[in-house]
Amino acid sequence: MNFEFFFNNLPELTITGLAFGAIYALIALGYTMVYGVLQLINFAHSEVFMYGTFAMLWTVMALGGREADGIKLIAIMIAALFAAMLVSALIALVLERVAYRPLIKRDAPRLIALISAIGASFVLAELMGLRDRIAGWLRLDDDLSEYVSGARINNSMAGVIEKPRWDVAGVSISSIDVLVIVAAVGMMVLLDQFVRRSRLGKGIRATAQDPETAALMGVNPTRTIQLTFLIGGLMAGIAAFLYMLKIETTRYDVGFLLGVKAFTAAVLGGIGNLRGALLGGLVLGVAENWGSAIFGTEWRDVIAFVLLVLILLVRPTGLLGESLGKARA
Amino acid sequence: MLLEVEGLCVNYGHIEAIRDISFSVPEGTVTTLIGANGAGKTTTLKTISGLRKVRAGAVRFEGKDITSVEPYDRVKLGIGQSPEGRRCFIGMTVRENLEMGAFTRNDRKSAAYREDMERVLTLFPRLRERIDQISGTMSGGEQQMLAIGRALMSRPRLLLLDEPSMGLAPKLIQQIFTIITEINQQGTTVLLVEQNAAQALKRSHEAHILETGEIVRSGKGADLAVDPAVKAAYLGGDV
Repeated sequence: MNFEFFFNNLPELTITGLAFGAIYALIALGYTMVYGVLQLINFAHSEVFMYGTFAMLWTVMALGGREADGIKLIAIMIAALFAAMLVSALIALVLERVAYRPLIKRDAPRLIALISAIGASFVLAELMGLRDRIAGWLRLDDDLSEYVSGARINNSMAGVIEKPRWDVAGVSISSIDVLVIVAAVGMMVLLDQFVRRSRLGKGIRATAQDPETAALMGVNPTRTIQLTFLIGGLMAGIAAFLYMLKIETTRYDVGFLLGVKAFTAAVLGGIGNLRGALLGGLVLGVAENWGSAIFGTEWRDVIAFVLLVLILLVRPTGLLGESLGKARA
Repeated sequence: MLLEVEGLCVNYGHIEAIRDISFSVPEGTVTTLIGANGAGKTTTLKTISGLRKVRAGAVRFEGKDITSVEPYDRVKLGIGQSPEGRRCFIGMTVRENLEMGAFTRNDRKSAAYREDMERVLTLFPRLRERIDQISGTMSGGEQQMLAIGRALMSRPRLLLLDEPSMGLAPKLIQQIFTIITEINQQGTTVLLVEQNAAQALKRSHEAHILETGEIVRSGKGADLAVDPAVKAAYLGGDV
């Protein structure tokens, strides 16, 4: 156990942990909102995120991100952000339409929808993993070889952007970490305000609490469910963009661990609770980073899940513990 | 006729909840469905608001067949409901609940909207006092007022009230019924479902008595209130 390293680097470790946590939190929103409205864990949400990372990567590559700098690079990054949001949102909406709506319409038990979710997750991941072959069938491999080859190895955009570090009072801070934290927390605050104050946000909360009575108020449940998937997808797209800025590589199965961590963050904070997702994400990210500094990085995931179990033993409903419907907002 | 229900049959699985029910609600009246637990009163209301699908029969609102219209679209046509058990959004404030009632309206910034809000808060001064309170922390009577007020915020032409007196103290029951009469006099047609037959019959223009899914008697509220058979079955002898 390396406590000396831990205490000497506490500020840096905390900030990096917060950056990871912010990404978990953005993905966790998708789990928690869909759970709030449908009482369903959308296990395929991890793939919504994964497709976002590829949308980001390919947009940067296709627009010549490697050669660009200055204003042009910023423009490319903005385009990549929108591409990631668009693709993730589309995948989320398709999931809702194909994997869930037919089941919900027939009043299928939630367990069936859960199996459908797991199935959809594998299908989406493997479709990305098999993209060489799919491109081959469509005779696209010549035109797109740069993008479709090597599906099962890491795809990297390393070196596209410089990541200056700032020295603040003797603490070295990564500018990307700061950007990630500010952007993620900013989006969460915006979303929180949307759900609290806007008419559609209230419709989501009403449906989460009591779908039948919400329908009596004129809230269309199908549209509301679509809206939550859309929001979850957009947030996952932003998370994918920030993740690629920070980590720079992705592959077809990148969603799995990130998805599990984000789901953990959602449960940690209180599933169905928006602010819980933020808190859970940040707590998880920091705890992981501190823990891996003390015990070694190979303990990272162990720490995350031991923490989850410990907190749930004490607070079975998570840190904030209310659902989307019941939450004071 | 504002509302006509014709030959309505609704099943829960293989169980017939209501069987061949027909009645109508004339514009401007208070019409009441009376019956014991399990007689099918709530099912009838839920079918009118669209939450239950019919096996046979039709629901017509202002002459239009709305049998297959979704519940959330019936609100826009002018059907508002205060459901059984009040069902306030307990995590929301009183104000937010009332705003939910106006969910389908697109004039939420207008004077008409503010007038409607004012009207509800005048009918139920308690709600004004507690406008920013979380509705789940209010008493049953206050939640009942909120449920009725919320339904009124959609400006319904027909207000469906499902057992507004349930679980309330006698004094509060009087008050709720007085307000229902007031709402009706302000021009809203009311379809009321009640177990509290004495109060309901006294205040309704027309009434129908339901037993095990069928209408067994119909008549003017005042007539049924003095009918010996009705008295014996629903009013506990002399009232």
